[in-house]
Amino acid sequence: MTEIPEHLLKRAQAARDKAAADAGTPSASDAPAADPRIPAHLLERSKAAKTKADGEGGAVAVAEKVGALVAAAPAAGGIPVGAGPGGHTQRLLTVVKSGSIQDVKATPVDKVHTWPHLLAAEFVAALACTAFLFFFSIFVNAPLLQLANPNRTPNPSKAPWYFLGLQELLTMFHPMVAGVTVPGIALFALILAPYIDKNPSNKPEDRKFATSIMTVHLMFWAVLVMIGSFFRGPGFNFVFPWRDGLFFEL
Amino acid sequence: MAKVIEDPRPTAKERLNKTVDGVQGSQAWNSIFRPGSIFRKGYTDSPRNRSYVIMNSVLYHLHPVKVKRHAVKVSYTLCLGGLSFFLFILLTVTGIFLMFFYRPEATAAWNDISSLQTSVAFGLLVRNMHRWGAHLMVLSVFLHMARVFYHGAYKAPREFNWVIGVVLLTLTLLLSFTGYLLPWDQLSMWAVAVGTNMMGYTPVFGSQVRFVLLGGVEIGSETLLRWYVLHVLMLPFVIVIFMAIHFWRVRKDGGISGPL
Repeated sequence: MTEIPEHLLKRAQAARDKAAADAGTPSASDAPAADPRIPAHLLERSKAAKTKADGEGGAVAVAEKVGALVAAAPAAGGIPVGAGPGGHTQRLLTVVKSGSIQDVKATPVDKVHTWPHLLAAEFVAALACTAFLFFFSIFVNAPLLQLANPNRTPNPSKAPWYFLGLQELLTMFHPMVAGVTVPGIALFALILAPYIDKNPSNKPEDRKFATSIMTVHLMFWAVLVMIGSFFRGPGFNFVFPWRDGLFFEL
Repeated sequence: MAKVIEDPRPTAKERLNKTVDGVQGSQAWNSIFRPGSIFRKGYTDSPRNRSYVIMNSVLYHLHPVKVKRHAVKVSYTLCLGGLSFFLFILLTVTGIFLMFFYRPEATAAWNDISSLQTSVAFGLLVRNMHRWGAHLMVLSVFLHMARVFYHGAYKAPREFNWVIGVVLLTLTLLLSFTGYLLPWDQLSMWAVAVGTNMMGYTPVFGSQVRFVLLGGVEIGSETLLRWYVLHVLMLPFVIVIFMAIHFWRVRKDGGISGPL
């Protein structure tokens, strides 16, 4: 059974009460006959149908009363307006819920306007980033050493910091392993990550394995980069930065 | 007897309003701003105008009119992807400035940088911003990747966008590395020597790869020109294409992921 909204039920009940009250008065019951606009043969047919319906039961009870009212209103006021229960010109036949006739694909999501909510945040972030970079650049100068000289190798010579993990591996493995195989595999594994990880959940508590693997991976490189940056001195030998000084340029 | 004389001349405010109306009613103005643009009809805060701000501006290429409520929480994204993009813009602007004062020749490069620092207005500041911005961008792209991984944001339907992201990370590293050589000082030259020696151990094609990268058997003027073109033209061109696909897929895959 379809659920009928409460306010419609109330309205129908009020209309029924009103109709019942009107039906009690003699003027309303006599009205149909007095209406000059309805042809006589139709009135006869209607009367016959009503008596038949009364015999059958209350199935069309509402319709009958509405009919009475529709006929009654003009007689009372003289205004040619069809009026249903409570002055309404329509009846509630059925309530069709949207889900039964529409294919609702998306459930509503809690959304906010991009302007101002997102744009304002982005603007502030961009400003903060610019300010940080600006002031950092005022106080810290980019390095510019002597002119490049192919005949004088600085000691130590180091790659940019993001490649120092690889350079650190170079002290332990054959250059092909350290310089090509390991970073190649790391990059390949990174690309394949979404196709390897079949777990559909994005909840941290369901992804302990993936999270651990990634953390180990990131820490592995972070530690190598740190060692390569701060703990390697002349000859790429191990040094302590607090004892032997820093051999690192950005 | 004092008499109030009505000043027939329009006040400054009236004249300003009239000018504004005239400009905003002109064909040129209306050809620049789309119908519904806030620059055409003014802005008062209403849900409709909030939508129009995005819908009738070029921002519509980047952002939808509405985003998920959790997506605007700074604690979720930490703005890392957006900041990476912003740093790229900042690096492009400062980089164009630097290009005016730089010749990619072994005999001129170092002197150009040196005199840029000493005799060009804001030269040192802009060079510093370019240098630190580049390091910051490498960092923010790394952190963006870590953030995306820890949120499981690479999962269906975003697998391919993750792949694009890894390509962007690689391109960022290459951009930073090619820029590293350009000052042509001891630091840059030997850093690049270490890096390219490593790539020379690529199986089978090792020496060929190294030759192509260096434009010869050892680092020299050809290397500088080659890396300069890579740095200012080719890699930015490629990375912009991949960024366009990346941003487009972010929206097509249903905005940013989550909430957790």
